[in-house]
Amino acid sequence: MSAVLTAPATSGGFVTRALRHPSFAIGATLTLLLLAAAALSLVWSPYPPAEIDIPHKLQAASAAHWFGTDSLGRDIASQLLVGARASILVGVFAVLIGFSIGTALGLLASARGGWVEEAVMRLSDFTFAFPALLSAILLGAIYGPGLVTGIVAIGVFNIPVFARVTRGAANAIWAREYVLAARAAGKNRWHITWDHVVPNIASALIVQATNQFATAIIAEAALSYLGLGTQPPMPSWGRMLNEAQTQMFQAPMLAVYPGLAIVLAVLGLNLMGDGLRDLLDPKLARRR
Amino acid sequence: MSVFLLKRFATFVATLLVASALVFAVLDVLPGNVAQVILGDTATPESIAALEKKLGLDRPVLVRYTDWVGGLLSGKSAQSYSYDTPTATLIAERLQVTLPLALLAMVFTVLIGITLGIYAAARQNKAGDVGVMALSQLGIAVPSFWFAILLILLFAVKLQWVNAGGFPGWTDADGGGFWPGLLALLLPAVALAAVQAAVLARWTRSAVLETLREDYVRTARAKGLSRRAVLWKHVLRNAMIPVLTILGLQFAFLISGTVVVENVFVLPGIGRLVFQAIANRDLVVVRDVVLLLVAMVVVVNFVVDVLYAVVDPRLKPSDA
Repeated sequence: MSAVLTAPATSGGFVTRALRHPSFAIGATLTLLLLAAAALSLVWSPYPPAEIDIPHKLQAASAAHWFGTDSLGRDIASQLLVGARASILVGVFAVLIGFSIGTALGLLASARGGWVEEAVMRLSDFTFAFPALLSAILLGAIYGPGLVTGIVAIGVFNIPVFARVTRGAANAIWAREYVLAARAAGKNRWHITWDHVVPNIASALIVQATNQFATAIIAEAALSYLGLGTQPPMPSWGRMLNEAQTQMFQAPMLAVYPGLAIVLAVLGLNLMGDGLRDLLDPKLARRR
Repeated sequence: MSVFLLKRFATFVATLLVASALVFAVLDVLPGNVAQVILGDTATPESIAALEKKLGLDRPVLVRYTDWVGGLLSGKSAQSYSYDTPTATLIAERLQVTLPLALLAMVFTVLIGITLGIYAAARQNKAGDVGVMALSQLGIAVPSFWFAILLILLFAVKLQWVNAGGFPGWTDADGGGFWPGLLALLLPAVALAAVQAAVLARWTRSAVLETLREDYVRTARAKGLSRRAVLWKHVLRNAMIPVLTILGLQFAFLISGTVVVENVFVLPGIGRLVFQAIANRDLVVVRDVVLLLVAMVVVVNFVVDVLYAVVDPRLKPSDA
């Protein structure tokens, strides 16, 4: 008697509604472009992104170099393409860390209640006092900067976010009649969690994961800008901005392209998240 | 309410204690040999032993922790390894830039965010609402440090109205003064506030719309009060409760943002200090700065909790 409240009636109906939803359609298109850029960069880029070509440094956009070259003559378009990889890599792993640990903690808090719930929530409050940047500073000071430092720092900050969302959504499910019926039928709390709670909160978690992915992209860019994230020779949008800042008077556009790439990626994920929330939870959509 | 406040105060103190233990553990215990981390891989055993003695690392962990916390509470901080100055002195100097910047950014965030949120809610589904929401969607997607770079490009590179960075100091003796100092913090504060205001505008809008659907609002309208009067007298006070919570959470992001934006504008604040300390492997400074930033977030959230009790009358009878 599992009851998935928010599941769409048919997958065909869902796809049609999704394509007609402007926010989702624009967001999904931008997100697909981000994924396509990262995938394409695995097999092809106009130039090797780390290839230094001093005679052609600081060139304006042209047919040979679509977005020009930087102070070392490296092709900006190639760096942007390959830079998408760092954003996706950090985003995926940081969300996975937060999602797996945070969701487990949230489900545990909701299923057990009492002091366990209180302890998980206080732990969440505590972790909120350590924004990803502070964790990255701590880890970077000891283990040195790098991609892993960034992933761990952002991932740890995601844990309380998922724990709170999961606990809030799961508590609402535990109050439902069908959960009461399942308890009366003799199911234990872990079976109820798996059979009834998880399927019914999945949509809220998917939406949250999309939003946290976007947050992770901004955090990765900030850490790389500060030198705590992705390290050379792997290109990253944040570090491109850092390098561009020293050339602002000679080549101002160098500071524009990587920022635009970040904004489009984050905007796409946020719009897709908003769209998914509307599509997966029509009641919420009506209230908004 | 006093029980509520006491509980919150106990949580506040416990959070600070656990945070200090965690920061201490990460920076003083986990690395294995702190002196080795500071001096680097090429250090000789003799120089490592000498530094361990100088930093007191040859003493038991618990003694070092209680000394550190006790020192901070009594105003006696550790000596910076690279500056050879007490960390409290270094931090106090840098806070003269960071605190005004964070406060200015918070003022801008509240003014812009709440005004736009109320404006959008009062015009739900009209052009003004759609415009504000589109703007805030874009604002959320813009990293504050990139917006800071764009502001430099426009106002320093293109228009040449301001310097691209730096801070002249608060006094004439430094070569600056109050107004030049404030001017230097204006663009960084705007860069920080733009993103946070976008978030706050969305939250304010939904909080106001949620409150507008309450029965007492309908009753007030039925009594003949104008929409504007209901909005200002009844809705805003109640809508501010969730907004306050968000403001507390936003402060954590604002602090992080301050660290990044200070580096964009080359401001001599806490953010610059901590990055110089990382570069110099000055773990004592990193430890104290990180704890200070965490403490600032915890203190602001405690203040928000107290304000919560003041704004929300429902907390009083049940907890008194």
